[in-house]
Amino acid sequence: MAATSQPRFAALSGVGLVAAAKEAGLAAFIALVLAITVIGMRTVDQQGGLGIEFRPTVVGIAVGLVFVGRFLLVLWRQRARPLDRGARERVMDRIGAEVLHYSKYAGISLFALAVAVPIIWSGNRYVVDVATLVLTYIMLGWGLNIVVGLAGLLDLGYVAFYAVGAYSYALIALHFDLSFWACLPLAGLFAASFGVLLGFPVLRLRGDYLAIVTLGFGEIIRVILLNWYSFTRGPDGLSGIPRPSFFGFEFTRRPAEGETAFHQLFGWDYSSMHRIIFLYYLILVLALITNFFTLRIRKLPVGRAWEALREDEIACRSLGINPTNTKLTAFAIGAMFGGFAGSFFATRQGFISPESFTFVESAVILAIVVLGGMGSQIGVVLAAVVLIGGTELFRELSEYRMLAFGGLMVAIMVWRPRGLLAHREPTLLLGRTTAAGGGGGP
Amino acid sequence: MSATANRALLTVEHLTMRFGGLLAVNDVSFVASNREITAIIGPNGAGKTTVFNCLTGFYKPTIGRLTLDHGDHTFLLEQMDDFRVAQKARVGRTFQNIRLFPGMSVLENLIVAQHNRLMRASGYTLFGLFGTGTYRHAEQEAVEKARYWLDRVRLLDRADANAGALPYGAQRRLEIARAMCSDPVLLCLDEPAAGLNPRESAELNELLRFIKTEHEIGILLIEHDMSVVMGISDHIVVLDYGRKISDGSPEHVRNDPAVIRAYLGEEEDEAEAAR
Repeated sequence: MAATSQPRFAALSGVGLVAAAKEAGLAAFIALVLAITVIGMRTVDQQGGLGIEFRPTVVGIAVGLVFVGRFLLVLWRQRARPLDRGARERVMDRIGAEVLHYSKYAGISLFALAVAVPIIWSGNRYVVDVATLVLTYIMLGWGLNIVVGLAGLLDLGYVAFYAVGAYSYALIALHFDLSFWACLPLAGLFAASFGVLLGFPVLRLRGDYLAIVTLGFGEIIRVILLNWYSFTRGPDGLSGIPRPSFFGFEFTRRPAEGETAFHQLFGWDYSSMHRIIFLYYLILVLALITNFFTLRIRKLPVGRAWEALREDEIACRSLGINPTNTKLTAFAIGAMFGGFAGSFFATRQGFISPESFTFVESAVILAIVVLGGMGSQIGVVLAAVVLIGGTELFRELSEYRMLAFGGLMVAIMVWRPRGLLAHREPTLLLGRTTAAGGGGGP
Repeated sequence: MSATANRALLTVEHLTMRFGGLLAVNDVSFVASNREITAIIGPNGAGKTTVFNCLTGFYKPTIGRLTLDHGDHTFLLEQMDDFRVAQKARVGRTFQNIRLFPGMSVLENLIVAQHNRLMRASGYTLFGLFGTGTYRHAEQEAVEKARYWLDRVRLLDRADANAGALPYGAQRRLEIARAMCSDPVLLCLDEPAAGLNPRESAELNELLRFIKTEHEIGILLIEHDMSVVMGISDHIVVLDYGRKISDGSPEHVRNDPAVIRAYLGEEEDEAEAAR
């Protein structure tokens, strides 16, 4: 305590205050220069054209706020005990490890919550819709996590696979009249083959170069969708995409002759919420499949090879791991889950157009993975809830959405460059295998 | 068949590597035998690591033939991709500046080294996803093999730690253990004793002798530490400016005037005489 109170005392002495005032004055001056033009003058409608109105009070308030804010910030900085980076990293690492330790329980409770959402809010379409949206992004995040988090391949064009999935589902369903359940695997397959297609030329690239090429690929797909009018109907989009059925039972008020609708199956009254809730559970199941697949594959040789490739590609080569094939599988599997999510998106909306698959989508999905902590499954959930749920919550403030988004990114990169919950547990422990003995325990 | 019949494992013929105008390795030929430790020594920049990179497929040699004899099958290493050299011809290697998977645990490092066998056992992931017995059995075997090597390099108690958190000497040992887990017939070690203290290098000698005699493989070694080189090598190849200047037993090389000249420079009176 004595050690910390001493600088605090020194900071409050005259020297500290003068220095703070000086710095605050400088900041206020810069604010003044900027404010005079930016907020000090306003154009108003006048007789005979536009006139300029000067607003000295507003400028004064702005400059005063900057002065006070900067003054307090400098004072606080002088007083605050400098926490060194290493200590902070360790603290955050411990939190990450703790969260991971409890993630089994957190996972179960989150799962229970996810199952309960449509039951609790069964009459509130808005809540279920937002929850569905969040789950879609969780699934996309988990899919991209395979490519970025495990294999360490920075993919800025993930939305391309989302788009391929959505369009494959829509086109197959529209032209061949197949059901959702037949189209879903096909859409995944198409997306995966596009993953391989992209993978082949870009495998030699690493880091930033890979990111640029994948970014380009995402744009190419969007531009093709926009311009190949005869096939994709370009900017008009595809509408009338078939809605999913409950294993053959449609969600309609009046089913076609000789068919049973979902509500008749259970003898309920018709409600438009049935389909919304069904879609919610559908994406929940799809997302959980993605999660279990990732958890499982991490413990398989491919998954370990992905992580090894992320750590050191040359060492992998020296151990006889084929880097091309290994990267391709990561791309293909990541793309496949993107494709599943895409076909879900198409069936939910009933209408898709290239506008839904812009670069911003890729950036949001990547942000979810990076903010959550690369390779951390529960981190993705957390980040998706904050980013997607948060933007929905503050919809009225949507002008400031990108500002908050950027601010959050900067804060994370400064305070926790590896992501919120970046903590990796080994995929197998010698201690545990020793305890099980050679007797072939589970 | 008998202990004396050490067959030629690796035959290097006329190996030449040119980088633009620089002739890094110039017409080097030598033979490394099974159950022997062959050391490649030479002053800095003599081309030792380049020879290694050619052998392990990381470089494609400009000229030369590199034959690896498995007894029943021979491989021409100069025609193979780097990962195939490790996978098919089973040449294991370590690196001058250690290349572990620092974010993964020590045990995982050794499991990754057994990737190809485990891939086959997991039915290229298909069966592994559903957790069939074949894969679980193979994984158990892989863990046992890892445990054996961890015990050998005295890292058993650090098995679940992150590889990047190990002290320097332990990382060197782990890299050797990792290379051994990939079942090589020829192990190439690039300066394994660099940065080790005398006690650690004595341990290293012990380990390499053990690998040679117990696992009956050939070891190829680049080293500057003469206590390691002279202590354990059966055969030494000396390079200088990309050329082979001497080749033979440690005794022969130690007394070869060409080697002494390369390492210590010409003596003063010789230089005088030359003038």
